[in-house]
Amino acid sequence: MQTLDLSEIGLREVNKTLHAQAENTNQTAWTIENARGSHAIACGLDAPIEVTVKGSTGYYCGGMNQQATINVHGSAGPGTGENIMSGKIVIEGDASQYLGATGHGGLIVVKGNASSRCGISMKGVNIVVQGNIGHMSAFMGQSGNLVVLGDAGDALGDSCYEARFFVRGSVKSLGADCEKKEMRPEHIEFLKEILAEAGLDADPSEFTRYGSARNLYNFDVDNAGAY
Amino acid sequence: MCGIVGLFLKDRSLEPQLGAMLTDMLITMTDRGPDSAGIAIYGSESNGKAKLTVQSDTPDQDFDKLKGALKKEIKGDVDIVVNSTHAVLEIRDDQVSAARAALREIRPNVRVMSRGTSLEIYKEVGLPKDVAARFNVSSMAGSHGIGHTRMATESAVTTMGAHPFNTGDDQCLVHNGSLSNHNSLRRKLRREGIHIETENDTEVGAAYLTWRMQNGATLGQALESSLEDLDGFFTFVVGTKDGFGVVRDPIACKPAVMAETDQYVAFGSEYRALVNLPGIDAARVWEPEPATVYFWSHSNNSTSEKAA
Repeated sequence: MQTLDLSEIGLREVNKTLHAQAENTNQTAWTIENARGSHAIACGLDAPIEVTVKGSTGYYCGGMNQQATINVHGSAGPGTGENIMSGKIVIEGDASQYLGATGHGGLIVVKGNASSRCGISMKGVNIVVQGNIGHMSAFMGQSGNLVVLGDAGDALGDSCYEARFFVRGSVKSLGADCEKKEMRPEHIEFLKEILAEAGLDADPSEFTRYGSARNLYNFDVDNAGAY
Repeated sequence: MCGIVGLFLKDRSLEPQLGAMLTDMLITMTDRGPDSAGIAIYGSESNGKAKLTVQSDTPDQDFDKLKGALKKEIKGDVDIVVNSTHAVLEIRDDQVSAARAALREIRPNVRVMSRGTSLEIYKEVGLPKDVAARFNVSSMAGSHGIGHTRMATESAVTTMGAHPFNTGDDQCLVHNGSLSNHNSLRRKLRREGIHIETENDTEVGAAYLTWRMQNGATLGQALESSLEDLDGFFTFVVGTKDGFGVVRDPIACKPAVMAETDQYVAFGSEYRALVNLPGIDAARVWEPEPATVYFWSHSNNSTSEKAA
């Protein structure tokens, strides 16, 4: 276990050290101490290492992540896991707005609540939130899955493409062109797997699936009011 | 960007440290806006007298012999404490209008920053650390206070464009965001007789609240109607004589984090601003909901009201 004290060596040194880890490093476990809400912690990692951040993080923790597993022992600020490509980010507390924005792959797990615009423009990432999510979540979501064990706020999935949303609780309102869909056996199977991977316990049959009604894919002047 | 901090003390033993705590919080937010900074402090009341915080770009000339000159004009007691470019005038409550009129005559370059019985506002162009040092904010005591560091977008970087803005007796406003209908609203408010000094968008927001309250609204009602009438992005923190309030627009893209313990309620644009507060690791930390008015008051129970 390697320990990096952020307040002592600074952000650049922390990220530089983590970036220096190669595919076949034998230093696979790292702890970052004194996060104190700092921005851009463990951004741009690309190695199969496990990073534990002690304390709450600021903007963009784990952004552009590839391969690495990042655990935040606290709450996470805006834009956490933005453009994640692969790997896993686990947040023990709450996550602020635009969690996992534009994420292409990998998994993000939030043990608390996620704020507004969770999964905005998601392009393949899987996001699992144990609590609730805020308004405008998965806006323009293109691919990937957003799984919510609690409730969703206003305008879920507005203008979405092929991203899928599974919500166990209530949805305050659906966004333009987002609709309720039937749960087929493959969706139950998917939920079983993703919940197991996220380490969360919930009954897949209690979820409702939402997705695109596919009416706004291409611009049609008759739909102008709905955009 | 812009950075906002706020601190409302429940534990009175912390009151001597209010200025120091707020200063530390505000300096942490420097990289959210380095143009100008300001702080509103709710300190001790002065035996029923009114406090006017005034500012001058040429304090040596303007504050020299001001006490005597103003005394003569209003024929009443005047106390003055000069603090760099600012001065706090203490006068009888019923002589405030006379004093303001007299100031316009005898010291035309002096601008009024705030009016009330406990509120004092200090603001200038510059970094938070420099502005706080200039006024020695760290040494100030009080029950609650608000700070702001500005990244200007809608108007010039001047003292008058800095936050907080005084909205009425013992009331002030700070803002992170930008209002897009401030020009039309300014014209409307001026027609209603509201005095608006600058081309700044936040001043219009402050004037709007003043106007609504002059027409009988409570501060809470004024904030709720602001959600209808103000177009743009905003996280507002407002100070009142006995507390502070928070409201975010329905889109809520301007950040806001709050923390509460038995000792205080704190507001920061980011969690970073809160990390040095006592007991923060065990505090309840959350983001205020959009389109919801929150209030903490020393005289009432705290409330939050969701606007319809």
